[in-house]
Amino acid sequence: MSAPFRTHQGGRPDRARTLRFTFDGRTYDGHPGDTLASALLAHGVHLTGRSFKYHRPRGILSAGPEEPNALVELDAGPGRREPNSRATMVPLRDGLLARSQNRWPSLAWDAGALTGAAAALLPAGFYYKTFMGPGRAWEKLYEPLIRRMAGLGRAPAEADPDRYAQRYAHCDVLVVGAGPAGLAAALAAARGGARVILCDEQMEMGGSLLSQPGTRIAGLPGWEWLEVALAELRALKVRLLPRTTAFSYGLQNMVSLAELPERAEGPRERLWMVRAARVVLATGAIERPLPFSGNDRPGVMLADAARVYALRYGVLAGHRAAVLAAHDSGYEAAFALQAAGMEIAAILDPRAAPPADLLAEATGRGIRVLAGQGVARSLGGRRVTGLISTGGERIGCDLLLMAGGWTPSVHLFSQARGALRWDAARDAYLPDTAPEAVLCAGACQGSYGLGACLAEGHAAGGGHGAAPGAQPGREPSGMPTAQAVAGAAKAPMAFVDFQNDVQAKDIALAVREGFRSIEHVKRYTTNGMATDQGKTSNMVGLAIAAATLGQEIPAVGLTRYRHPVTPTGFGGLAGRHRGDLFEPIRRAPLHGWAEAEGALFEPVAQWRRARAFPRAGEDLHAAVLRECRAVRQAAGIFDASTLGKIEVVGPDAAEFLERLYVNPWKKLAPGRCRYGIMLREDGFVTDDGVVGRMAADRFHVTTTTGGAARVLHMMEDYLQTEFPELRVWLTSTTEQWAVIALQGPKARTILEPFVEGLDISAASFPHMSVAACRVMGIPARLFRVSFTGELGFEVNVAPDQAPALWRALMRAGAPHGLTPYGTEAMHVLRAEKGYIIVSQETDGTVTPDDAGLSWAVGKAKRDFVGKRSLARPEMRRRDRPQLVGLLPRGTVPQEGAQILASPGARMAEGHVTSAYWSPALDRPIALGLLAGGRERMGQTVYATVMGGAPIAMEVTDPVFLDKAGERVNA
Amino acid sequence: MSMRRFSLLSLAREALRGHSGWQPQWRSPPSPAAAYDAVIVGGGGHGLATAYYLAREHGMRRIAVLEKGWIGGGNTGRNTTIIRSNYLFPESAALYDHALKLWEGLSRELNYNVMFSPRGVLMSAHSVHDIQSFQRHIHANRLAGVDNEWLTPEQCKAFCPPLDISPHARYPVLGGALQRRGGTARHDAVAWGYARAASALGVDIIQNCEVTGIRREGPGGAVSALETTKGLVRTARVGVVAAGSTSLVMAMAGLRMPLESYPLQALVSEPVKPVFPCVVMSNTVHAYISQSDKGELVIGAGTDQYTSYSQAGSIQILTHTLDAITEMFPMFRRMRMLRAWGGIVDVTPDRSPIIGLTPVPGLFVNCGWGTGGFKATPGSGHVFAATIAKGEPHPIAAPFNLARFETGRMIDEAAAAAVAH
Amino acid sequence: MLLIRCPHCGDRPEVEFRHGGEAHLARPPEPAALSDAEWAAYLHQRRNPRGPHAERWRHIHGCGRFFNAVRDTLTDRFLATYPTGAARPDGTQQGDPA
Repeated sequence: MSAPFRTHQGGRPDRARTLRFTFDGRTYDGHPGDTLASALLAHGVHLTGRSFKYHRPRGILSAGPEEPNALVELDAGPGRREPNSRATMVPLRDGLLARSQNRWPSLAWDAGALTGAAAALLPAGFYYKTFMGPGRAWEKLYEPLIRRMAGLGRAPAEADPDRYAQRYAHCDVLVVGAGPAGLAAALAAARGGARVILCDEQMEMGGSLLSQPGTRIAGLPGWEWLEVALAELRALKVRLLPRTTAFSYGLQNMVSLAELPERAEGPRERLWMVRAARVVLATGAIERPLPFSGNDRPGVMLADAARVYALRYGVLAGHRAAVLAAHDSGYEAAFALQAAGMEIAAILDPRAAPPADLLAEATGRGIRVLAGQGVARSLGGRRVTGLISTGGERIGCDLLLMAGGWTPSVHLFSQARGALRWDAARDAYLPDTAPEAVLCAGACQGSYGLGACLAEGHAAGGGHGAAPGAQPGREPSGMPTAQAVAGAAKAPMAFVDFQNDVQAKDIALAVREGFRSIEHVKRYTTNGMATDQGKTSNMVGLAIAAATLGQEIPAVGLTRYRHPVTPTGFGGLAGRHRGDLFEPIRRAPLHGWAEAEGALFEPVAQWRRARAFPRAGEDLHAAVLRECRAVRQAAGIFDASTLGKIEVVGPDAAEFLERLYVNPWKKLAPGRCRYGIMLREDGFVTDDGVVGRMAADRFHVTTTTGGAARVLHMMEDYLQTEFPELRVWLTSTTEQWAVIALQGPKARTILEPFVEGLDISAASFPHMSVAACRVMGIPARLFRVSFTGELGFEVNVAPDQAPALWRALMRAGAPHGLTPYGTEAMHVLRAEKGYIIVSQETDGTVTPDDAGLSWAVGKAKRDFVGKRSLARPEMRRRDRPQLVGLLPRGTVPQEGAQILASPGARMAEGHVTSAYWSPALDRPIALGLLAGGRERMGQTVYATVMGGAPIAMEVTDPVFLDKAGERVNA
Repeated sequence: MSMRRFSLLSLAREALRGHSGWQPQWRSPPSPAAAYDAVIVGGGGHGLATAYYLAREHGMRRIAVLEKGWIGGGNTGRNTTIIRSNYLFPESAALYDHALKLWEGLSRELNYNVMFSPRGVLMSAHSVHDIQSFQRHIHANRLAGVDNEWLTPEQCKAFCPPLDISPHARYPVLGGALQRRGGTARHDAVAWGYARAASALGVDIIQNCEVTGIRREGPGGAVSALETTKGLVRTARVGVVAAGSTSLVMAMAGLRMPLESYPLQALVSEPVKPVFPCVVMSNTVHAYISQSDKGELVIGAGTDQYTSYSQAGSIQILTHTLDAITEMFPMFRRMRMLRAWGGIVDVTPDRSPIIGLTPVPGLFVNCGWGTGGFKATPGSGHVFAATIAKGEPHPIAAPFNLARFETGRMIDEAAAAAVAH
Repeated sequence: MLLIRCPHCGDRPEVEFRHGGEAHLARPPEPAALSDAEWAAYLHQRRNPRGPHAERWRHIHGCGRFFNAVRDTLTDRFLATYPTGAARPDGTQQGDPA
């Protein structure tokens, strides 16, 4: 296939190799080193997209990340569809499949373009002024219509199968941008011995050198010097990251980079988080378009982009170009394009007196210059065919180039919280001072000559001696943009933000309507809010706003530069944090056993806990009933390893706990346990658990499963900052102890043969005892505790020994009916006894008294965390919600059901916190928090039912079973 | 000043003359008058709404809104625009549902399309604890007349097709609570719409006017004037609605507030065709997402852990948010983050707002909306205006008094449900 | 992401730390002696300054120790870090309405 717009020679692409790709169903070819845009242009394809609002045909405007128009969908198979890809930044690869977007039925014939006909009705912000009715017409009719018209590409429809990676890195110098300034900086820094990272968003390093083959640096042709420089950087172990965009500049020089590695295997994207001692920004500048009627027609392009396509890619974007040059760089582009074989129809320079040297050179080259003239409008349909000058002359061309001056890329500098200053001479905001260790070099601070770029880069890299030499360029000049945009607000279809279809007159309208702050103008018109983030539109929009307001640009202000600098993939930002690695699942030592038994699991905090062990044919409910009965009638075995454990040690350990918990601890004898309750300083219950005193100076504290880290942190906080005089040490032992609970009347019988060095009879090891001993020869801490109301033990052993012990206990217990039970049965069993679960009966607004736990509070204690708050008036009200038992009639209410005094009441008096079918009582039971509940025993209250009649419930004591505690003390 | 009505007709009429006839949407006096009956400090949505209702419902005419920057430039223009009222406690549900009812008629009330879109807010449950908590909300809400319903995982998927309800997910979706009346609105339009309507009722909106001092007089130390960067403004009633900067303004009156100001970030993706029909919030996975009319996925992140006035947060907050989003919606992994930004949210100890009187006579405060103030904008302004006008708390505002931190009568939604707002 | 100088371990990234709120708020030795208003002030009222702010951090994924820092809340830059119990360094008070 011939590529009619490819030059005969020159450019970076490797012409020896051919790549085939498809765009909108047609197959084309190109070469390695091409972008999708350059390869399309080589075939004369300009029309690549449709605009957001008016669905106007759009072509390729730029050759870089600032591209607003040429957005395509890439499709690499299921799950690998990618919307809104900038064709100018997509490296061509074999088999690439691209589609145009936001058009129907086809790119050439788009029905959406009808909105263009109604454009007069649709100025900036039109939607704020209409569609307000009637009735729900907005959300039923207008909004769905607008939503369908808006949007650009299609979101991917399937899960992305690719991998993503993240890396942290540190270096002495991070250089962003591998153009001449960045290369000089990296060379200087690396030669000085610094660890250097050099990144560049393009697939190839070199920046503007890539489109300046003829220039000379240090006596070498530009491209040769580039090879030598890159080779030296490699030899100096500089990390070279092409295809890598620095997109976010964080505090203290942490810069985030998004790399799109070239390798087919490996991660698709890699996020680098680089902490650099020093950062050199050599991010270049972006050319400004100019607003005139039809400046969006395919074939209208930035002048420098056309030069890049010709010299870097060997592609002529047209045969005959007209150049609108408000800036000297337009002439340079024209001269270079002419040399590459393009006919230059004319240069239109709105300046009355263009620089004499450029005029002379143009004349010498036979190029007509129309001084003092601009473009009134472009001509053509889906491709430009000519223009009418402001002088009324008609000029034929198939390429219309805009050179509106340059906008230094100060995004990263600004994100580094650097201050910008307005430079009238360069007609741009330039970096001023920054709190970070950051330096700028080259075009990003308004230095456009090659010699200056090299010198500044060399200096920023800390180089000594002379910088790589190059001829000093001439100092370019241009017409200030504020002047160049004059009159644009009156021109129809003179676009500022191409993608969002913001016209110059929209900006003027916003100003007229009172939107004076540039942030207001931006938000009202959406100027600069498209996927190109205003890289080509912000300064032009600002100039128009300033002109409309009759103010200078710096008086109007500047919108804030936000991250990311260019749109950055979700996948790379999320990295490996997906699936099981989204958040690590914590698995208790007996998890594997439970899994093999076919347990149902539930997520609890970061853990997975076995909820029940259903047998064949059992549902959850049946399994739970069976497990509960087994515990009450024989014995059950339960994995309690997820409970938090903290070892509190030291001469002042008892005093410390005295201050942290509501309970008294000093008189607790070694070998005994107590149920502890912890409050926040605001008086509300935050955690609970059994605390065993192992020795005078040693406590084994248990916490809730979800509360372990929080409790330890809170303990450390008080110990380190409020009570530093206490000699106490805290150690998390959650993962040092696996906990096997044996509960039920047969628990002792089953356990006894395993225990060495300890008499666990009722008399010598009563309820709430703890001792160190050996169980099956394994060093253990044995607690006699119960969360079921049955005779119970909890065996703490090292996690790696737990599975063996568990299996041995299972074997020994089998003849006695020992049954594994899960968290659901545990919940039922404890509810039958009225034991609370923190975070189920409590919710951060419950005091110990509310929860019926006043008995646990050390009345004689002068102080403990939260005590003072309990004395506040609100905490002493008698109508506070209090824990009660509830005996529902008939069915089990829903947990969370509201409690009503009468079936038709509209005000809740509390809520059901727990509700189960109790196998022991063979009826529904519930716990709840009820206003003044303890004084309402025997009353009938009602639980709300979603979509049904309330359930009557009798208020009762929360202890439903064995009030005397005979079973637990057995 | 009369307000020219917006309509399709006025739009068409203007189209014929190139839209040259549109006037400023609100008056912008360059500096404040010497005296006002009431001054609102803070030109966000809440402050502008307060001024509007003061003028509209309480007959006050000499009202000023002083904004240190540009109106709507704080949290009003920096949030993810989620609107819902399914809060647990009756006090909260009353406040937010008052707001929701005002949202439902707001575009017509203001003659400004604020694009309120009741597309439904689905809160996904990922643990048994979530289920219990959400069902408690639903029971409480229905009793209070606030719509909220329980969905099974399959119903969640039907309501929000991109949702991954695989039981093998790290945090599988076990169900969800849906408030169908909840949704989103266009945040900027809320500020502009209230500004325009308030301006038409005579309210002076002064931008770039920062309050630098509060003058007090008389035995009770009542407010007498505000010092500003644009001169002294005499007034006997001041309503401070300054969000993240409230502590700073109240300190000018010698008051220390139960507030801390944190960075809160949000982000949008590149725009795509309609793919996400509702709002989904997951408090367990920490994902908050909807799709704007423009097509951008609008995603809320969490607060940074430290206090800050920088309007910027740390990158790891964003990456963690996108972990959560792509975990729940794996097909969005190839989407791109287009823009991220930060606001300053003022957070109270119980995560509920403070609306009402202060120990300083004539000084009123409306603050502490934390991460969830946008949804309350009309209701907040409405009850605060009544509170300022009458000098006593509006019944809906009354529980949200400053004294609750002393008595302990907190309204602790976050603790009660582990629910982010 | 902040870079925080733990007084015990040196410069470490923010993800190793947990913020601990305003510093130099000593728990009253006799809470019972305080009025409800005084107790509420201790519990809830915060300076929340814009500018230099004394705050607590804990190097939770490092040495585990709490320490204090003065950070400018407008720029998020640290002026100083210092051990718990030490006085706030001179020259870090400016702008903080103590």
